[in-house]
Amino acid sequence: MATLWFGLVAFMFVTYVVLDGFDLGVGAVHLLLARGETERKTLLATIGPVWDGNEVWLIGAGATLFMAFPALYAASFSGFFLPLMIVLWLLMGRGIALEFRNHLDHPVWRPFWDVVFSVSSALLAVSLGVALGNVIRGVPLDASGQFFVPLWTGLRLTPPTGFIDWYTLLAGLLALAALTMHGSLWAAVKTSGDLAERARGFARKAWAATALLAGAGTIATFSVQPLIPARLSAHAEGLVFPVLALAGLVLARWLMEKDADVRAFLSSCLFLAGLLASTAFGLFPYVLPSNADPARSLTVFAAASADHGLRVALWWWIPGMLLVTGTFVFLYRNFAGRVEAKDGDPARPAVR
Amino acid sequence: MDSALTVHRLTFAFTSIYHYLFPQLTMGLALYIVVLKTLETRRADPHYGRAARFWARIFGLNFVMGVVTGIPLEFQFGTSWATFSRFSGAVVGQTLAMEGVLSFFLESVFLGIFLYGEGRVSRRVHTLSAWMLCLGTWLSGVFIVATNAWMQYPVGFQVDGGNLQLESLGALFTNPWLPWQYLHTMAGSVVTASFVMASVGAFYLLAGRAERFGRTVLRLAVPGGLAAAVAMAFPTGDGQGKNVARYQPVTLAAMEGLFETKQGAALALVGQPDMERLRLDNPIEVPRLLSFLTYNRWKAEVKGLDAFPRETWPQNVPLLYYGYHIMVGLGTIFIGVLGLSALLLWKDRLFAMRPALWLLMLMLPFPYIANTTGWMTAELGRQPWLVYGVLRTAAGVSPNVSAGNGLFVLLGFLGMYALLGILALFLLAREIEHGPEPTEAAEGGR
Ligand code: HDD
Ligand code: HEM
Ligand code: HEM
Repeated sequence: MATLWFGLVAFMFVTYVVLDGFDLGVGAVHLLLARGETERKTLLATIGPVWDGNEVWLIGAGATLFMAFPALYAASFSGFFLPLMIVLWLLMGRGIALEFRNHLDHPVWRPFWDVVFSVSSALLAVSLGVALGNVIRGVPLDASGQFFVPLWTGLRLTPPTGFIDWYTLLAGLLALAALTMHGSLWAAVKTSGDLAERARGFARKAWAATALLAGAGTIATFSVQPLIPARLSAHAEGLVFPVLALAGLVLARWLMEKDADVRAFLSSCLFLAGLLASTAFGLFPYVLPSNADPARSLTVFAAASADHGLRVALWWWIPGMLLVTGTFVFLYRNFAGRVEAKDGDPARPAVR
Repeated sequence: MDSALTVHRLTFAFTSIYHYLFPQLTMGLALYIVVLKTLETRRADPHYGRAARFWARIFGLNFVMGVVTGIPLEFQFGTSWATFSRFSGAVVGQTLAMEGVLSFFLESVFLGIFLYGEGRVSRRVHTLSAWMLCLGTWLSGVFIVATNAWMQYPVGFQVDGGNLQLESLGALFTNPWLPWQYLHTMAGSVVTASFVMASVGAFYLLAGRAERFGRTVLRLAVPGGLAAAVAMAFPTGDGQGKNVARYQPVTLAAMEGLFETKQGAALALVGQPDMERLRLDNPIEVPRLLSFLTYNRWKAEVKGLDAFPRETWPQNVPLLYYGYHIMVGLGTIFIGVLGLSALLLWKDRLFAMRPALWLLMLMLPFPYIANTTGWMTAELGRQPWLVYGVLRTAAGVSPNVSAGNGLFVLLGFLGMYALLGILALFLLAREIEHGPEPTEAAEGGR
């Protein structure tokens, strides 16, 4: 049961990164990519109807984590107290900017929210990577299974480490590059003309950065967290995840060359999912390794709720997910196709 | 009191009160938007569609504020109340996760379609999305209130290895605390939406613009609000009170400012709890009414605070008492104001009676105050327990987060929310100033 739920929670987090990832990527390149008000509106309209639904994957994943692995939820959320709160403020900035911008048509108001939107999206992308980096690197769990990391203590990996050190920063930059590529590809899929052409150019550049950082990141990860290579060599079937990630990365580049926007975007999804799944598989059964005393590392089994509750939860989780899948298909179908840059507001009319 | 605990409590109280300012409007407003969309289809009159669009814009702003302020709450169970989360996550996590999986997705997906879809999706799909959005928000109420009801009256769990484990999911939904609490909160949200609509409608009539819109809105909001306001007192408020008397008798005594156990206890309308002398100063009371309201018998004995050991009393008796009395006092005033307006509406005199319109317009802040003080009653009354009778609040806090780090976050939220609040009010004021799309001239007033 615990293993199954580990998979389900991991699935929800991966879906979050794949879906909200392109919102964040679009946000990160928003200022650079879109020229002029019409293009900006168009770019925002590509994510307008979907970003909130995508963000709910994070809430759903968080709440499911709370239900299935209370000890992990408690330890990690209180241990990452400061960075999580800062992530919350960034999420707020992003959501508010998207909504507030539309309510007022004014040459001072809109650029301000564009900057808020873009900066918070970019920083969120970095934070997601840094957070994952922290989990991989391990945290200083104490005897009672708690920890507290400050934001930074210096860039070195020797304990006491903070939230940010060179390794987690590398993971953060990788996330920024990968989501920039992901978001640019989404923009290429959803827009047309100059804007789409520029988005394709961005995606190619971001691809190069992603490939470079992913290579460096993999080498660094294997030396920082020996659990991962050890597990991958002991359980060779798990190699399918890194292979999928690599395939996604290579395919994405190849398809970009052929201007096959949709398939390039899907390859990028595959890359992100493969990368995250590799990490989850590589750490299993640990969910929060300790970098102080390996014996204190938190495993899936120690963190899980009792079997009865987990079994009962399947009764609502499975129908719930089917429903969610249905509504998401409905949502994306209704907003399928390229967003047209019209003179009027492609999103919603504003008060003048 | 340990200061890290104080900081975490203040942070949670502040962020949850702030959050609830938004859902209390959106849940009620969603219902009215559905009504307007239905009228649009039924009467084939675009006037109702325009009214729905106006309220959808107000809805959108409030919804996004609800979303961004709701996420911190979800996270705070883990960040600030880690011991509580570890201890009871297997049980409360169920309803909380169900809210995420079963209702937040529904809300956000159909919100996207509803706000961005008009003109893009078919009219049927657009109306459907309004229905689903409403369903989603009301469902989300069920789960979050079930979570809170469990904290007020925990059921369906067993202690296993030092932590709580789920015994029965059904029990969480058949919790006797849930039905009244749910109906009471939802009716409270209809009250807020009704007053907001009535207030805006009255404003337009007073200002002499968008008059047809103003009249339509008042015709819906006044009767709807009256029904909800009456339901606040009876049966839902009464039901809540009886639950408190049954399951948290010490809370009832503190809410009512009843320091001594009495047969035929009086209901205090006004008075100041004096915690030094343990009595109610300057009381104005209705003899025997409390006994009757609680037990339906004029002479029943009601336990006062003296019947309970002091360490089980809610820690802040005066605030609890005032919170409760403000809620009930305002509830009574709402019934009066809406009853009067409904009478005038029925006699066809409301739209011309300026003092009544002024009164309706100025009522705007009070449902928010009533809802907030209501939650303060529930949450302060739960003290000193986090999970009533099972886990003390002081024992549920995160042990590893220091007061200084907590304060940084509290101050951050204070600043952020102050800024957001100002901007949101500015935009809302502009939307109202701008008004619904002008049509009066073309269609003629009615
Ligand atoms: C418009 C808002 C509003 C109004 C007019 C009222 N209430 Fe209320 N009340 C709420 C909004 C609210 C609430 C915010 O919805 C609460 C907070 C928690 C809850 O369950 O509902 C609440 C809680 C609440 C509780 C539970 C306290 C606890 O859990 O310890 C009681 C006993 C009452 N109410 C009783 C009443 C009575 C007798 C009213 C008579 C008019 C009344 N309320 C009006
Ligand atoms: C329905 C879901 C809710 C849940 C699960 C919940 C849970 C909690 C928790 C965990 C705490 C901190 C522990 C404590 O001090 O007791 C708390 C405190 C508090 N909450 Fe809630 N809450 C809910 C709704 C609300 C709402 C909507 C409001 C206000 C509008 C509110 C007002 C407060 C206040 C005022 C406190 C502080 C009490 C104190 O000072 O001790 N709560 N609540
Ligand atoms: C303290 C406990 C609470 C938590 C943890 C919480 C959590 C959340 C979260 C995470 C969201 C954002 C969902 C999204 O992205 O779509 C949200 C929005 C919402 N919440 Fe809460 N909430 C709490 C209290 C309440 C209460 C007491 C109610 C009503 C009874 C409520 C009703 C809603 C509704 C209807 C929304 C949708 C957004 C809106 O209408 O503004 N919440 N909440």
